[in-house]
Amino acid sequence: MSALHDHDHPHRPDEEDGPPDYYRQLEVAVRELLLEKGVFGAEDLRRQIEKMDAVEIGRGGQMVARAWLDPDFKARALADGSAACRELGLEVGALKLVVVENRPGLHNLVVCTLCSCYPRPLLGLPPDWYKSRAYRSRAVREPRAVLAEFGTPIPDDVEVRVHDSTADMRYLVLPERPAGTEGWDEARLAALVSRDSMIGVARVSTPQ
Amino acid sequence: MSETVDALAARFRPGDRVKVRRAFPPGHLRTPWYIRGRAGEIERLCGAFANPEELAYNRPGLPRQPLYRVRFRQAELWPDYTGRPGDTIEIEIYQHWLEPEEATA
Repeated sequence: MSALHDHDHPHRPDEEDGPPDYYRQLEVAVRELLLEKGVFGAEDLRRQIEKMDAVEIGRGGQMVARAWLDPDFKARALADGSAACRELGLEVGALKLVVVENRPGLHNLVVCTLCSCYPRPLLGLPPDWYKSRAYRSRAVREPRAVLAEFGTPIPDDVEVRVHDSTADMRYLVLPERPAGTEGWDEARLAALVSRDSMIGVARVSTPQ
Repeated sequence: MSETVDALAARFRPGDRVKVRRAFPPGHLRTPWYIRGRAGEIERLCGAFANPEELAYNRPGLPRQPLYRVRFRQAELWPDYTGRPGDTIEIEIYQHWLEPEEATA
């Protein structure tokens, strides 16, 4: 042990400290076989991971900002979210997107109780809490308590509508446009839209 | 095979009252446990999709199953629900998990 590290507080174990579990072993075995058989190369794998990690929430924010500014676009997005993405030139592949709108009297919240389904082409990788058992079970069971813990208490006269993303659709919440943004252009509005507001655990804050 | 013949026809329309089958088969299922046996209302038809219970075993999952978004009242799912009476939950359910509510009453 070095002199710089001569203390005895407990360290959190690294992920690799324990033996790999069944699924980790399976992933490594399949990945190495695919590489060994030349199905794809190490560079292809690295590039795909980089591409998945690089999706920024700005794409979702762009959808929201356009919907705030253009009522006709909003109507089209609520009718067919995937078509609205393509209209903006967003490459979303096979994504089947449903856009759900927050409005006075209605607050939407998205969860996937079965796993971690998430609109990745628009929002990137889901946050760890979205995949946690606590969020997945409690968001359907006691959504108002969960929302309050996120700092988003919902008034009694507002309906809370949970969307359990269990099958082929993915969900994007269209949050309410905050006051104080009158006259803002699309880029400025898009930058205001947070990831959490598009999952439904937060509102878009009024700018300071 | 064209799209029209490899998918089953939709049995339900928005507004129809339906009940989720109360069944517990083994395998890969996309119908959450907590919604089985519960009654709700068709919100929309999402389209027709290959049956995930078949896809999970590398079978084609045809004919494709109509998939619906079904709206349920939270207070009917959880007897001790602490939210408001108007709170709802919407879940995607494949047609083969749904039956008309009156047929099962």
